[in-house]
Amino acid sequence: MKLVACVKTTPDTTATVKVENGKPTWGEAPLVINPWDEYTVEAALQLKEANGGTVTAISVGGEEARIALKHALAMGADEALLISDPALKPVDPQGIALILAAVLQKLGGVDLAFFGRQAIDDDSGTTPAQAARLLGWPALTLVSVIKVDGSNLRVERAIEEGRQIVTARLPAVISLVKDIGEPRYPSFMGIRRASKIEIPTWSLTQIGIPAPASVVEYLSVMDAPVREVVCELVTGANPQEIAEHLADKILGEKLL
Amino acid sequence: MNTLVYIDHFKGEALPASWEAVGVAKTLGTVTGLVIGSGLEALTKSAFEYGVDEILVAEDAALTDYRAELYASTLKQAFSERNWDVLFFPTTSRGRELAAMAAIDLNTGVLVDVVALEASGERITAIRPTYSGKVLAKVTSSLKPQIVTLRGRAFPKPSPQPGKSGTVTKIAAGSGALTEVEGYSTAEGGVSLTDANVIVSGGRGLAENQSAQLPAGLDAKQGEIWRAQHGFTMLKEMADVLGGAVGASRAAVDAGYVPYAMQVGQTGKLVSPNIYFACGISGAIQHLAGMRSSKLIVAINKDPDAPIFKLARFGVVGDLFQIIPALTIAFKQRLAK
Repeated sequence: MKLVACVKTTPDTTATVKVENGKPTWGEAPLVINPWDEYTVEAALQLKEANGGTVTAISVGGEEARIALKHALAMGADEALLISDPALKPVDPQGIALILAAVLQKLGGVDLAFFGRQAIDDDSGTTPAQAARLLGWPALTLVSVIKVDGSNLRVERAIEEGRQIVTARLPAVISLVKDIGEPRYPSFMGIRRASKIEIPTWSLTQIGIPAPASVVEYLSVMDAPVREVVCELVTGANPQEIAEHLADKILGEKLL
Repeated sequence: MNTLVYIDHFKGEALPASWEAVGVAKTLGTVTGLVIGSGLEALTKSAFEYGVDEILVAEDAALTDYRAELYASTLKQAFSERNWDVLFFPTTSRGRELAAMAAIDLNTGVLVDVVALEASGERITAIRPTYSGKVLAKVTSSLKPQIVTLRGRAFPKPSPQPGKSGTVTKIAAGSGALTEVEGYSTAEGGVSLTDANVIVSGGRGLAENQSAQLPAGLDAKQGEIWRAQHGFTMLKEMADVLGGAVGASRAAVDAGYVPYAMQVGQTGKLVSPNIYFACGISGAIQHLAGMRSSKLIVAINKDPDAPIFKLARFGVVGDLFQIIPALTIAFKQRLAK
């Protein structure tokens, strides 16, 4: 099977993100593979192990995109592909969907394209569905279990009400939730291999599309308002008394 | 402005965020509701009561189950006849996906997971949280129609006006289904985390109940999980008294105490209940990112230096295995249950 894992580089989840000079910044916090995309790679590797095939990791961006690709390689992806182009300005998730759909077309013969449910920087969570729509492939989003039998696909999707069990034919787009399984750690050998491997780069010209323009304008960004709370510690002579004081205070807020 | 609201539902029961979206649309002009599925009579009636002026009903056996491609095509077909200025969706799993596809189908953009908006003339400018709510972005799109998904619980739910009605227009189902739905395995009932008014969440601290009598034959890890699950049962009892749901920190999920569906945080669910109880949760930045917009945060932790106290309005430094049962009784008495 030809399996593709679409990945992105983001600041680490522990980063303190602040707006400085009109842009989000995260100080010394490291850039890492988007945490959701670790599940993307994990799902692709699991399927390769079960059904055979190759896993290609793809990322769109500048030099920073190599961080996510290297991580995917270290986890065990067979190859990586960087889509980078001087004409490519920072673009919104819909622009990324356009590029990825074109890349998936260009690669040819792809059976499954895996995505994380969202990137933890922009938090849009729309790229998988949009790429699928552009390709005319089924969008199987928020998937927790995957089974492939020939060209038939059966997945479980995590929806608000529980799980929806869906069947479709390949090729398809799949986005993952955590239930797919804990992502494996890169092995020592994997890290060594990833550091040596040459990652090919495709320009937009090679893909055959113009640089997409953002359809959403980001007018400004601001820090989330600081929660001005002073914690009132509730005390009492014994747990019962503490509980009664606390219950009265909570009910006094009239939020129930 | 003419607005369309996609009313998201499961088996004819609307998700509350759908009505919040109707409330927002109502402030901008005439509201057309769109319902897709089968067995939609009660849903249609509710839509009018919540303020929809007209409702489009796509009712067909093929539409019984949500299928992204089929629903998106149905919406596209409806749009080609009606040309609304703005399309609103609740940011639910289905709403987000359909809005994303509609943006492709209608050659426009989508403003995702909006928590505040204003309209000036024909243009909507919206605020959406990015970086898990650490940064707010002000966004707009100059393309038409404007598509916006609204975060649940970010906007007030309108009060229903019983008996209100309006025009019902039947519309045809779209085509181009690419999936079949085999069925559902539904989670154990109860209030869903994202809709919950009250959430009682537990963390690693739930495994520290040394007084619980362990059944024989468990190894250390099994004993830890058994203790924690015992603790979560205690949280559930309090949540039930308050009509709420039970959540968990990533640490509790990773340790195998409870399923991932219960995880609150950056890589779990983003929640904003009226009251959030953090029990035995230290308050890692990733957890805070998922619940910081809760109206009232109450922390119960034995460690007075736990970061969760910085966000909490009320705190108790103590043993949650003594406090929670006592608190459950106190609520029961006061709420006369």
